[in-house]
Amino acid sequence: MSSTAEAPRTSRRHPAPSPMAPPRSFLWSRRLFLTLLTGFVLLPVYVMVSSSLKPLQDVSGKFRWLPSGLTIRPYIDIWSTVPLARYFVNSLIVAGTATVCSVVIAVFAAYAVSRYSFRGKRVFTVTVLSTQMFPGILFLLPLFLIYVNIGNATGVALFGSRGGLILTYLTFSLPFSIWMLIGYFDSVPRDLDEAALVDGCGPLGALFRVVVPAAMPGIVAVAVYAFMTAWGEVLFASVMTNDNTRTLAVGLQGYSTLNDVYWNQIMAASLVVSVPVVAGFLLLQRYLVAGLTAGAVK
Amino acid sequence: MTTTAPPAGTRSVPEHSPGEARGPRRPGRIRRIGLPYLLLLPALLLELLVHLVPMVIGVAMSFKELTQFYIRDWGTAPWSGTGNYRLAVDFHGAVGEALLHSFLVTVVFTLLSVSLCWLIGTAAALYLQDNFRGRGVLRTIFLVPYALPVYAAVITWAFMFQHDNGLVNHVLHDQLHLTDEPSFWLIGDNSFYALLIVSVWKGWPFAFLIVMAGLQNIPKELYEAAALDGAGMLQQIRRITLPSLRPVNQVLVLVLFLWTFNDFNTPYVLFGKSAPAAADLISIHIYQSSFVTWNFGTGSAMSVLLLLFLLIVTGGYLLLTSRGRKTPDV
Amino acid sequence: MRTIRAAAIGAATLSLALAATACGGGSASGGGSNDSPKTLTYWASNQGASISVDEKVLRPELDKFEKQTGIKVKLEVVPWSDLLNRILTATTSGQGPDVMNIGNTWSASLQATGALLPWDAANFSKIGGKDRFVDSALGSTGVPGKDPAAVPLYSMSYALYYNKQAFADAGITKPPATWDELVADGKKIEATGKNGLGAEGSNLSNNIHQVFVLAKQHGAEFFTADGRPSFTSDGAVAAVKQYVDLMAKDKVVNQSNAEYAQNQSLSDFAKGKTGMVLWQTASATFKSLGMKDSDWGVAAAPVQSGAPGTGAQTNSMVAGINMAVFKNTHNLDGAAQFVKFMTSDEEQKLLNTTYGSIPPVKSAQSDPAFNSQATAVLRQTLASSAQALPQVPDESQFETAVGTAVKDLFADAAAGRAVTTESVKAKLQKAQQQMPAK
Repeated sequence: MSSTAEAPRTSRRHPAPSPMAPPRSFLWSRRLFLTLLTGFVLLPVYVMVSSSLKPLQDVSGKFRWLPSGLTIRPYIDIWSTVPLARYFVNSLIVAGTATVCSVVIAVFAAYAVSRYSFRGKRVFTVTVLSTQMFPGILFLLPLFLIYVNIGNATGVALFGSRGGLILTYLTFSLPFSIWMLIGYFDSVPRDLDEAALVDGCGPLGALFRVVVPAAMPGIVAVAVYAFMTAWGEVLFASVMTNDNTRTLAVGLQGYSTLNDVYWNQIMAASLVVSVPVVAGFLLLQRYLVAGLTAGAVK
Repeated sequence: MTTTAPPAGTRSVPEHSPGEARGPRRPGRIRRIGLPYLLLLPALLLELLVHLVPMVIGVAMSFKELTQFYIRDWGTAPWSGTGNYRLAVDFHGAVGEALLHSFLVTVVFTLLSVSLCWLIGTAAALYLQDNFRGRGVLRTIFLVPYALPVYAAVITWAFMFQHDNGLVNHVLHDQLHLTDEPSFWLIGDNSFYALLIVSVWKGWPFAFLIVMAGLQNIPKELYEAAALDGAGMLQQIRRITLPSLRPVNQVLVLVLFLWTFNDFNTPYVLFGKSAPAAADLISIHIYQSSFVTWNFGTGSAMSVLLLLFLLIVTGGYLLLTSRGRKTPDV
Repeated sequence: MRTIRAAAIGAATLSLALAATACGGGSASGGGSNDSPKTLTYWASNQGASISVDEKVLRPELDKFEKQTGIKVKLEVVPWSDLLNRILTATTSGQGPDVMNIGNTWSASLQATGALLPWDAANFSKIGGKDRFVDSALGSTGVPGKDPAAVPLYSMSYALYYNKQAFADAGITKPPATWDELVADGKKIEATGKNGLGAEGSNLSNNIHQVFVLAKQHGAEFFTADGRPSFTSDGAVAAVKQYVDLMAKDKVVNQSNAEYAQNQSLSDFAKGKTGMVLWQTASATFKSLGMKDSDWGVAAAPVQSGAPGTGAQTNSMVAGINMAVFKNTHNLDGAAQFVKFMTSDEEQKLLNTTYGSIPPVKSAQSDPAFNSQATAVLRQTLASSAQALPQVPDESQFETAVGTAVKDLFADAAAGRAVTTESVKAKLQKAQQQMPAK
């Protein structure tokens, strides 16, 4: 198997599992497995694409593989049925800001844990891990209350604003991000930052000039994770936002109204909002593949 | 993990301990000690604000009788002692029985979902290890479920699972004639499988990603040595690949377990506020017990019980899987 | 280890301190004020075909109000999926809108929170007096004997909608007036290859509305006079069984309706797949689904025998939307003015016509617009044979518990399992046990 047709950049580091050619049975099982899996993965995607091109009568009737008639009407209607553009912008702002903040904060925290020894280190890491076990429902109402109280005390409106949501989401992704980044940073040789320190960089200089670039794949991976966490969350967004700050995850529900479910518009809107994300995701994919491992391995 | 002894020499004089990076040279002792805390501060504050303090409040709520009569001013809600807990674990009563049922459903669901996600993810990663024509395309396709917004993905599945108009029944019943009658997927017993399928569809790409990345770190020499010993493909996988992936899997399985166990979005979008009994996951159950029926005390008590369970499971899991090898620091 | 413990104790203390301050929060400060007399926030419920439609309907009216009073109304149309949660969080935190729409069946539950401004005589006099409103609508504004927690805004009632073509094809000349006739006609329609009656088996609220009326017809109540649940009386069991039997035994409801929760039954009806549907105020929906007004007819919902009336002749619940003022409002006077504006004859006529509902205001109701084919029956039902759902604080739990029981029974029926008096009673028994202990 030496075809170079699709060779991704990472293939240089890629170990061949066996120097020998794989047996024929393996090739067949691979073909079968990958075909089935591709079908499983793409089935809903096909349904989304085809339904989004059907008139409402078609989608609320019996399923058909091929639309009886194609229409782009749903793609026009989606913008007026709900303020999709506004929700989209909100989601981008919220998820984007949460991602950036989350990554920066996680980098600092992970650097401290990876490179320093200090009292309470273990408490910190254990606590961070344990937050992954909290059921979201447990702290939805208390969190809301805290935000309101902070708002009353300081005048900073956290609930109902994008700020509150950003704060919430960035914290949601922090634990896993810190946890992964500690692993990545540990795998960056310490000699590198020491050399930087000798060269007169401060510890932060060493972090940003040496450690961060070396762990870039991991940082990208963590960023993607943080983004997707914020992008898809439904529960907190449904009570913490108002009409002006509502995010897509909640806003898409607007296509299911008192009268009817506009399936074709739901699908069209889902596709429209997914395209930029999927595209961005795929651009970053290579870093991701090279990146996720180190953190987990440690 | 909490039981492992800290590495030797990291006690009272951190700045001289071996095996750790030297702090900054000049700025002096105070700054040297203060810096790690300064770096941790933002994360710590946020964790306190968004996770820890609300959790403490949540625990306090679980000891209160917090119904619609009192939610407007929590201070006036009477303490109910362990009343909420007794209600939740009284498995002869209707509330406790329903909670136990929901808990068992969740355990079975989580075990199945995590194993399937892991199996499919690992198999796909192994099969994609060789370079062949179309590999990049497949890798791209396989990441699509992870990249779609949760609502969009799950609502599409709900659309496909409809009784009359859904694709699933169209294929199984109309085209393949596998069932005598179209089945119900969103109500009744089949809803469990519907939920499982959606959960696996959404979850396996993450396992795939992590395992695929993990595979790249296995030194090539190991395989070559094994091949010289005459080990076949399957033996190489068993003797080299899987053991080398152990640390990756330890983390992966744990986070998949925790995320699946606490997953709210999938069942909520698929079934709405009242899930069928067969697919009554604990997160939805707690949501219904607190938000739909306005009894936040009982809902909190259930959440605390759930938290305790997950703490025990995680602790046990880490102890078990870490035995005989160096514990990761986290 | 010592360090860990110290750190843990520190963190715990800090958390507790923060928690204590937060817990003390809420909104002990009782009444509202007039601190910001020039603005109001209004949460409207989603009444039209979509949120955007509602915004277009309401915006010009709010502008009109601003012109009259100088008060600017900030409008947010909240989807039904979020409305109750938003109100709950607002109640908990004291941060909410000034005025909001609530489902009228929530009145008693929300009244119990004390977050809503009670409409005593003084408040009512600000909007023209309690007498302006229809009695049946006032019956769904809170626990009887207490000052109402909200003011009726839009009223709706159940009626039997039928497809004229389906009736003609099946040789039915007049709409059924009793359940027996309905079943018989349903079977005739089934014989033509269509479905007899549509139902929303997985819609908890709709299930409650239907079995509530049937229970009335069987002489049963779901709550005793002192507000205790009594779900397992013979009458209640018979009512639930009769409703589920429409699918299980009579087979006039298609089994696929067991999973309907998003008004698919209306869509089926509009497409001519189903001959009849029991629904509240559906004319606007049919129109938006592309059905011509001349294609459907409407009749009073069925009773066991005789004609609709009170008591056992009840054939509808009082459905509708109420308008409530949040106690913490910073514009008490403005909120009252706004409620007065929205319940004025002119606005009532306009908005209710747009949404296809009936004005709960007497003087607006007499307008000829509400005597059309679509609305005469609804108005008549509201006036003479509609009853309010139980006005108890536990109404929300009741809807969940009993609504789920009916949903499960429909699922059983759809799966071909037998629905017996025993199985119905067992489900209702379980539902009753889940109600909060008294």
